[in-house]
Amino acid sequence: MSKRTKIANAVQYVVLTVLTIISVFPFFWMLIAMTNKSVDITKGTLLPGTYFLENLKNLLASDLDFLGAFKNSLIVAVVTTVLAMLVSSAAGYAFVVYRSKARERVFNLILLSMMVPFAAMMMPLFRMFSKFNSIPGLKLIGLNSYGSVVIIAIATAFLIFFFRQNTKTFPKELIEAARIDGLGEFGIFTRIYMPTMKSVYAAAVVVTFMNSWNNYLWPLIALQSEDKRTLPLILSAMGSSYTPDYGMMMTAVVISTLPTAILFFVMQKQFVAGMTGSVKG
Amino acid sequence: MKKKNIHGRLDLKAWIFIIPGLVLILSFVFYPMIQAFLTSFQTGVANNLEFGGLANYQRMLTDSTFKKALFNTLLFLVVQVPIMILLALAISSMLNNKSLKFRGFFRTAIFLPCITSLVAYSIVFKSLFANDGFVNAMLMNLNVISEPINWLTNPTFARILIIIAITWRWTGYNMIFYLSGLQSIDDSIYEAAAIDGATGFQKFRYMTVPLLKPIILFTTINSTIGTLQLFDETMNITQGGPANTTITISQYIYNLLFKYQPNFGYAAAVSFVVVILIVVLSFIQMKVGDKNE
Repeated sequence: MSKRTKIANAVQYVVLTVLTIISVFPFFWMLIAMTNKSVDITKGTLLPGTYFLENLKNLLASDLDFLGAFKNSLIVAVVTTVLAMLVSSAAGYAFVVYRSKARERVFNLILLSMMVPFAAMMMPLFRMFSKFNSIPGLKLIGLNSYGSVVIIAIATAFLIFFFRQNTKTFPKELIEAARIDGLGEFGIFTRIYMPTMKSVYAAAVVVTFMNSWNNYLWPLIALQSEDKRTLPLILSAMGSSYTPDYGMMMTAVVISTLPTAILFFVMQKQFVAGMTGSVKG
Repeated sequence: MKKKNIHGRLDLKAWIFIIPGLVLILSFVFYPMIQAFLTSFQTGVANNLEFGGLANYQRMLTDSTFKKALFNTLLFLVVQVPIMILLALAISSMLNNKSLKFRGFFRTAIFLPCITSLVAYSIVFKSLFANDGFVNAMLMNLNVISEPINWLTNPTFARILIIIAITWRWTGYNMIFYLSGLQSIDDSIYEAAAIDGATGFQKFRYMTVPLLKPIILFTTINSTIGTLQLFDETMNITQGGPANTTITISQYIYNLLFKYQPNFGYAAAVSFVVVILIVVLSFIQMKVGDKNE
């Protein structure tokens, strides 16, 4: 290695180390703050304290129903993920396996929906969903129901695109063989395709669960009754308090970040693949 | 005849796979979008709407809050997106340097901010940059400043804070795209360039950037669309304040619907500005990307 390369590498180590510290510090600080009293946190302590159980007790006893919000977030995220996997993967699968001109056109239309910003949808969606509560069959997805948050996240252009891209690698011979064996089209999808594409589903599950778990704007509009609020809504309410209890707040942040953090460390590969879409990570 | 029949049945089954997703997207994306377009020509309070022609669009021209929201959103776009893209490019080309150790560790660490929810990281940043927060305490201990900086209540610092926050959250995300792009580039061309005496910067400027152009274009469009819809961060860090200096278009639309007396028609008109901006900017970026090819 030449002297110039050595110096260049040394500079790069320094830059990368600084960036690593900046990236990780807020996580480190959350954990420190979680174990300290609010007053000590504002003094700038960077040492772990012994106040964690007290912070946790305060959090569980606060007016904001943290456990209830955790439960709401979990129900919404799990139901959304299960339904999204069925609906979006079926569509992505069919666009490749049953290719036709008409279906290509429909797929392009679906892709176009990626361009529609949520800002342009929030007003009509709000008015639409507020009407659902007075229509007997649609009460399940009216405002202030879990369904209202679930239903708009089941079919997304991103997921359909993701499954379409990955289905291209699915061997067509498997389908032919299954047909000869007398398996129906839906049987081929559920019994051959789904098990074969496990890793694609894993990536899609991770990204769908995470998007649902972290979603803020639509739940803020749709879930205005207190007993239906999800975690981001509770965190936001805590953050806007005039006299924030930092210890309690960071306990809430850490607990609500745990599920996605666990997903990340257990399934790092699928996590990155899911977040970046069809680009191979 | 029989063959056609079987084909027809297969075709029908194919549509059954697609229809649930298609119906959902038509009902909850395209139908609302058309509704928003139609409502943007109506005026009135709450559900008492009547046709008002272009009144809503005219109102925007004299609405100072709207102008502020538009200015802020474009400011975040013009300042933050280039900083983040360049930073992500620089990091990924460093992480592609095979003679460095611990590259996996650095990559994981710099990607880590992506696992946080936008609300969670926003309130962490709000706490860190509060008047009595850690950043001010540290800067004062190091004697960089003598008085705490009002990150949340000073117009300039509030904007800087939003830019710092978004950059922290999204740089690692963009880095991943570039890293996967770089992996597909043959190392031998870098080796050849090194033998010809190219410096690190020259390799970055004349090889990495041109080779990654399609991915850079993709991430730029992605970030543009994201920034034009910025909401969670400004809502939770600064609430759009002080005096609307960080309010974004999305937040203004939210305010028009839920904070002030609901004005559906005007909110719809403002939201169409976002639609038009996204379409126009994506189009320009694609054109520019093509031309340089």
